[in-house]
Amino acid sequence: MRRRVLPGFGISLGYALAYLGLIVLLPLAALAWKASGIGVRELLHLLSTPRTLAALRLSLGGALLAALVNVAAGLLVGWVLVRYRFPGRRLFDALVDLPFALPTAVAGIALTTLYAPNGWLGGWLAPMGIQVAYTPLGAFVAMVFVGFPFVVRTLQPVLASLERDVEEAAESLGARRWQTFFRVILPMLAPPLLTGFALALARAVGEYGSVIFIAGNIPMRSEIVPLLIVQKLEQFDYAGAAALGVVMLLLSFALLVAVALLQRWSRRWAEHAA
Amino acid sequence: MSGRHPSRPWGWPRRLVHLGLILAALVFLMLFLVLPLATVFVEAFRQGVSPYVASIQQPEALSAIRLTLLVAVIAVPLNVVFGVAAAWAMARFDFPGKALLGAFIDLPFSVSPVISGLVYVLLFGAQGWFGPWLDAHGVKIIFAVPGLVLATIFITLPFVARELIPLMQSQGSEEEEAARVLGASGWQMFFRVTLPNIRWGLLYGVLLCNARAMGEFGAVSVVSGHIRGLTTTMPLEVEMRYNEYDYVGAFAVASLLALLALLTLGIKTLLEWRYGDELAHAPGGH
Amino acid sequence: MTLELSHLDRRFAGFRALDDVSLSIAPGEFLALLGPSGSGKTTLLRILAGLDYPDGGGVRMGGEDFLATPARERRIGMVFQHYALFRHLTVTENVAFGLRVRPWRSRPSRAEIRERVERLLRRVQLEGLGGRYPTQLSGGQRQRVALARALAVEPDLLLLDEPFGALDAQVRVTLRRWLRELHEELELTTVFVTHDQEEALELADRIAVMNNGRIEQVGTPEVIYQQPATPFVCEFIGKVNRFRVRRHGAGFGVGGWMPEDDPWQRDVTEAVAYVRPEQLWLAVPPSQPAWEARLRHIYLAGSVAHLELHVASLDQPLEADVASEDLSRLGLQPGMALRVAPRSAVLFPLDGNSVPRSEERWLWHAPSPVPARV
Repeated sequence: MRRRVLPGFGISLGYALAYLGLIVLLPLAALAWKASGIGVRELLHLLSTPRTLAALRLSLGGALLAALVNVAAGLLVGWVLVRYRFPGRRLFDALVDLPFALPTAVAGIALTTLYAPNGWLGGWLAPMGIQVAYTPLGAFVAMVFVGFPFVVRTLQPVLASLERDVEEAAESLGARRWQTFFRVILPMLAPPLLTGFALALARAVGEYGSVIFIAGNIPMRSEIVPLLIVQKLEQFDYAGAAALGVVMLLLSFALLVAVALLQRWSRRWAEHAA
Repeated sequence: MSGRHPSRPWGWPRRLVHLGLILAALVFLMLFLVLPLATVFVEAFRQGVSPYVASIQQPEALSAIRLTLLVAVIAVPLNVVFGVAAAWAMARFDFPGKALLGAFIDLPFSVSPVISGLVYVLLFGAQGWFGPWLDAHGVKIIFAVPGLVLATIFITLPFVARELIPLMQSQGSEEEEAARVLGASGWQMFFRVTLPNIRWGLLYGVLLCNARAMGEFGAVSVVSGHIRGLTTTMPLEVEMRYNEYDYVGAFAVASLLALLALLTLGIKTLLEWRYGDELAHAPGGH
Repeated sequence: MTLELSHLDRRFAGFRALDDVSLSIAPGEFLALLGPSGSGKTTLLRILAGLDYPDGGGVRMGGEDFLATPARERRIGMVFQHYALFRHLTVTENVAFGLRVRPWRSRPSRAEIRERVERLLRRVQLEGLGGRYPTQLSGGQRQRVALARALAVEPDLLLLDEPFGALDAQVRVTLRRWLRELHEELELTTVFVTHDQEEALELADRIAVMNNGRIEQVGTPEVIYQQPATPFVCEFIGKVNRFRVRRHGAGFGVGGWMPEDDPWQRDVTEAVAYVRPEQLWLAVPPSQPAWEARLRHIYLAGSVAHLELHVASLDQPLEADVASEDLSRLGLQPGMALRVAPRSAVLFPLDGNSVPRSEERWLWHAPSPVPARV
């Protein structure tokens, strides 16, 4: 075997693998084992109960919508923070990470209070017939909150590295501002936007803490899948919880693979440009 | 940066567009970030200072704070050691399966917190793999402190590694090779060259790891069993008080967590501003 | 102690970085490893430093197996390409590093370390800068810190990886002279890697020219420049004119020029010839064979002038160098006709596949009387 110059390869890799195996892989294996105890038919039956279907619809549909809103809002906020100078910019930039730093339970009760019919925003929306708290709309608001930083943070470095001369070239060729934006800038921002979208989606699909407070958890209407898992655990229905858990896990894997592919794609594209 | 170019004879003046975009962004940030944060403090002090202080001094609140600190004190150092070891192996050596290892390190970020708790229940719970054996030997993991620690370790496992791997990759191994050629032993090289070079990145990772460890809700909620004074961390105490309609009490504890979040953001911003070139910025890694 | 490299092989995925490299380095010698990037020179240096290991072959230092000695016990001073200064340590702490990490039994006392570091900083002309951090220094100063740090451990062997690569031209020349003086003073065996031929020719006692993982030629700068062993060395070192010559009956020649007495007998029909620009004779008397050339351009580059000639019978341009002062002496003007012939040339026979055979090199010199200059 080749001698290695820098020391510690065996011990560092060995420790990392053992730790990862015990903390992450062994428990996930337990989940897979428990889920495999249920037959396919039973699994399908479990997944096709109206209550589960409704929860899946809210978890997936709400997360998709929230991620879309985050792409738009993230593009706006990222653009403003990178391109313009205004008082308080640094403060707002730091604040973007708040949903990462604020515990989800805190975010949950704060959003609920804010959007409750007697809250600051809820009281203002209620006369218009819009109720947010204790409805699926509330779950959606919480999902927007927790996923918001992803798009901004993936976008910012790319936006900052965009060469201004490309835009100037477009303008010198006679492009209008909106043409420059849609034909030149937006295509270059597509990879980070897509990556941010996938990350925000993954986060919103799995979100638990902030959603359960504001959604009201009305069966068939405003329940999310993670909540169903918790309920099954509380009823000691381990197999049912494991089945739903595996479905969620597979969904996460799919999104993880999507993010990896997106990042590879965007890197290759960047090399072409360079 | 903006208004240097003369505006064109047609269309809106540039300044107006910029101003409109800035305003739109700020309104969004105010509505979605600042207002919820303000709500926490306003609700906590809704009935004045003394109910706030009293609700924090209740024994359940104090034991929740103690438990939260205890969990973080165990989980964070363990993940620091793991993060440094994983980063050393991944940034300094090539080996088959490296990309797969990286994907597994990222895994806890992308699974639902509820799953993180669920897997430990399936492993150590009454009907789990090791449940009967643990029961027979009188060891309690689920609905006890070890379960909280394990779930927290799982959730916060990637933070330090994710910060250190790209940082050490970008720094390269020349300085460490120089130390070896100059006669340094493995540990001398690590403590005198590697560690000083990654110190700010390490602190950054520890900061984020700690914030998440103290604030985690979903994963610990599943394994906690919500036993007041024994297995409730601060976020769980917030939930229980809220569900008991003790809003001032819930927001009082929540305000402490919000302060922790603000402190974390403050130090994080300071680190990025002061030592930005000694940090790795891994997007989406939070 | 002589450093003996024998039959070193090193393969990376898909290519051979070192291919049967053998080399002997004498004590006190200043040796340059010269070659284009990817030629294997840095791999060779890293193997000497103990930062890489060969797949085959051996390295012995004074009879001892060097490869079995870990990097930290080889008594080596190495200057890395980008210096690898410890960015969190001051200049003094950087230089003292190698002494401070010694086991306490062999570690000099604090006072001794301080004294030695000060002496070294004086030697590399950095006294007074000991408290600075690497980022507060210029490129040339960093290079000298790296050198002082390497010398502090009193090495038996000094290794320099592209020591001047990251410096601008002016500093480079000054530091080069200074390093040569330092070497003469210390008499330390030194191996340095460079892709800059000028640097190698000026600094080294001997040069090993590397290409594709092989050593093409080892020799003094004079030998390397004047008697290149292979076509690669001809083309890599200095500027050179290259053309084909073919057998015409009894002798070799092309376009009217015929080097006499070829050593190859009749079995070689074609050869490739290399002629340095300064070895072109521009005023050949009509009595001798020569090419009819037209002077296309004159590029004045300070003390030397580069002439671009076109030779119709060769159907290719040639480049000739003359001293600037000779331009007017010879009345050289663009457009004028000249009779041109090589004063010396290096020729390699081509085999059936037009591959030059280095081992049958022919060093040709024009028979006297040919005037030494022009």
